[in-house]
Amino acid sequence: MGYNSIVCVKQVPDTKQITGQAMKSDGTVNRAALPAIFNPEDLNALESALEARDRHGGTVTVLTMGLPSACDVLRDALCRGADHAVLVTDRRCAASDTLATSYILSCAVRKLNADVVFCGRQAIDGDTAQVGPQLAEKLGYTLVTYLEDFEFEGRTVRVRRNIGNGYEVVRSQLPALFTVVESANKPRPQALRKALKFKKALSPLEVNKIVTEQLPDADDNTKRSEAANRCQALAKQGLLITQWDLDDLEADLTWCGVTGSPTKVNRIQSIVLAGGDYKEFPPTDAGINQLIYELVEDHTIG
Amino acid sequence: MIDMNRNGEVWVFAEQEAGQLSDVPLELLSKGRELADTLNVPLAAVILGNNIAKLSEKLIQHGADCVYLADSPVLEHYQPASYATLICDLITEYKPQICLFGATAIGRDLAPTVASSMKCGLTADCTDLQIGNHTDPLTKKVTENLLQQIRPAFGGNIIATIVNPERWPQMATVREGVMRMSVADPSRKGDVVAVTVNIDPTTLPTQVLESKRRPKKVNLKGARIIVAGGAGVGSRDNFRLIWDLANILGGAVGGSRAAVDLGYVDHDHQVGQTGTTVRPALYICAGISGAVQHRAGMQESAKILAINIDKDAPIFGVAHYGVVGDLNEVIPKLIKTIRSGASLEEAVTGTAQND
Ligand SMILES: Cc1cc2nc3c(=O)[nH]c(=O)nc-3n(C[C@H](O)[C@H](O)[C@H](O)COP(=O)(O)OP(=O)(O)OC[C@H]3O[C@@H](n4cnc5c(N)ncnc54)[C@H](O)[C@@H]3O)c2cc1C
Ligand SMILES: Cc1cc2nc3c(=O)[nH]c(=O)nc-3n(C[C@H](O)[C@H](O)[C@H](O)COP(=O)(O)OP(=O)(O)OC[C@H]3O[C@@H](n4cnc5c(N)ncnc54)[C@H](O)[C@@H]3O)c2cc1C
Repeated sequence: MGYNSIVCVKQVPDTKQITGQAMKSDGTVNRAALPAIFNPEDLNALESALEARDRHGGTVTVLTMGLPSACDVLRDALCRGADHAVLVTDRRCAASDTLATSYILSCAVRKLNADVVFCGRQAIDGDTAQVGPQLAEKLGYTLVTYLEDFEFEGRTVRVRRNIGNGYEVVRSQLPALFTVVESANKPRPQALRKALKFKKALSPLEVNKIVTEQLPDADDNTKRSEAANRCQALAKQGLLITQWDLDDLEADLTWCGVTGSPTKVNRIQSIVLAGGDYKEFPPTDAGINQLIYELVEDHTIG
Repeated sequence: MIDMNRNGEVWVFAEQEAGQLSDVPLELLSKGRELADTLNVPLAAVILGNNIAKLSEKLIQHGADCVYLADSPVLEHYQPASYATLICDLITEYKPQICLFGATAIGRDLAPTVASSMKCGLTADCTDLQIGNHTDPLTKKVTENLLQQIRPAFGGNIIATIVNPERWPQMATVREGVMRMSVADPSRKGDVVAVTVNIDPTTLPTQVLESKRRPKKVNLKGARIIVAGGAGVGSRDNFRLIWDLANILGGAVGGSRAAVDLGYVDHDHQVGQTGTTVRPALYICAGISGAVQHRAGMQESAKILAINIDKDAPIFGVAHYGVVGDLNEVIPKLIKTIRSGASLEEAVTGTAQND
């Protein structure tokens, strides 16, 4: 028994850290100053999947589509208890909107096979909350959004959904896709023993990079065979992150990247922090009198 | 996806719960009316539910030329399997050029499901919608009269304008309170098209066992003046200051998420990205730093007065009036001055209310 889960996780810039310091003087965001983090609600999604495994057995696989650096969140997930990690990385994924992203993820989920997919409700950078529902539609899985609590009952699942101004309890058939909200749980921290082991996990791309750095003078063949050996050794210890490109996924390229994305960005403006005419009043009786006087004068109050 | 259809209608998904329309569909209808008039096409509302025929009239009064009405017991509770299938069938049949949804719990579940199935684009959480032209940056090809979908992203730090030039319908979600609702016109006439519903309830993958909704206790959206407090207020008791100032101004009380998380004020009062979006005539905020997620919900206010002890707090960047000082001294002074102000007598005696 047990349920096999896939958790979709995304590495995101920490948009909460955009304070005065992370804004450039022209009012634009200094993205380089923002640390890359595990999308917060994806940690809740991972925790839900780990709880399911604690209760019923089964496996937890974390899946991300992103740059090679997204392995950081995969390693973090392994240190918290995930069994396997999969990176989908390919230049042809670039500029995917949510439709293309969910198509690519659906190809990976099909290849992995799962009873349940856990997504975060929303990523804090793109901010659309669309990938979960669209992935469910592509897979033909039952969509259950805003999961706060759940209990498996054979091939169905009973879920409490947080719908903002209240809640709903539903019973849904598996396979299902959940989007998990922050209030669902408190993500467990990394386990010390696991952390010691899995911080060493690497993707083949990362292994190549290390080999190139360590053997700068070796010829390509030597580098290639050295990298292959190291990958094999890592795989034996369960430390090799699975890495797929769009060919591995047998994805139809018309639905990926730019061509697969119906939404086009026409224009991007940065928010400049400036309220226009700004007046400051001292916190004294006279200052406050003056402030109230102005508010009454321009009919804002009174 | 459907082909580009320049004669296609503008559609608004009219969300209802237990036979009640919320404000969002009515707000969307007034925006939709504007778009449809610009494009010179009809505006239609699409409504699904059980025993909801009576709502058609209200939709027409708020601007719909036509209502597609799917009324059936199987649609009593929302679920994506039934609602999305029906809406996709309608889109395929009538080929609307624009479909708007509220960015509500239901809309954010339904709209992406529909867009995925139709293989068309969807722009989330738009704050404005306009009709305009788009030039492809590579081919320089100009497409006229597209829906320009304007939305904040990156935690509210950028505003993107997004278009769907090829794969239609052009779909967008819009948050509650962002568009202004127009006044109902009881003399408006429109058509009601009854939609046949052929869904076998036993084939649906989800059963709703229990549904509890509580009405919102505060009406932040309707308030002309809002006084909001943040973590800087310090305690639930001290939040009395915020209530007092709001009461004396006849305003409503708002809070930052930190104030809500700390238990100073209930979640219904939260302003911001995950709370309510407001744009009152006057927004007074005290002890609120002005995080992007907070600003996203209040920066459209006509006038903003910020009170903060830290002169570098980002909130001053969006404020029109600022007082750098301790709110524990500034607010009582404000209350005292307003009380003594003869010109403010109506405000004091008028609509003041307690919680
Ligand atoms: C300024 C800007 C505006 C944009 N606006 C739109 C828009 O309106 N419509 C649109 O279609 N696209 C839009 N995009 C593109 C969109 O951000 C990307 O498609 C992105 O890959 C996924 O969307 P999201 O970040 O909103 O994720 P969400 O849909 O908010 O993510 C929900 C969940 O899906 C999973 N997930 C999301 N991405 C991944 C991933 N790469 N790997 C694994 N799991 C993942 C996670 O579990 C996550 O918690 C925009 C991008 C930018 C930069
Ligand atoms: C996904 C997401 C969604 C979010 N959604 C929202 C949202 O909808 N709404 C929202 O508000 N936040 C939201 N947040 C949280 C947001 O990032 C901030 O954490 C929050 O707004 C901070 O609240 P605050 O300004 O009250 O507290 P703080 O940032 O702690 O600021 C307190 C301020 O009080 C000032 N102060 C202290 N003492 C005094 C005094 N005696 N007199 C005057 N000033 C004083 C301080 O100088 C400081 O500026 C969200 C965050 C995330 C990640």
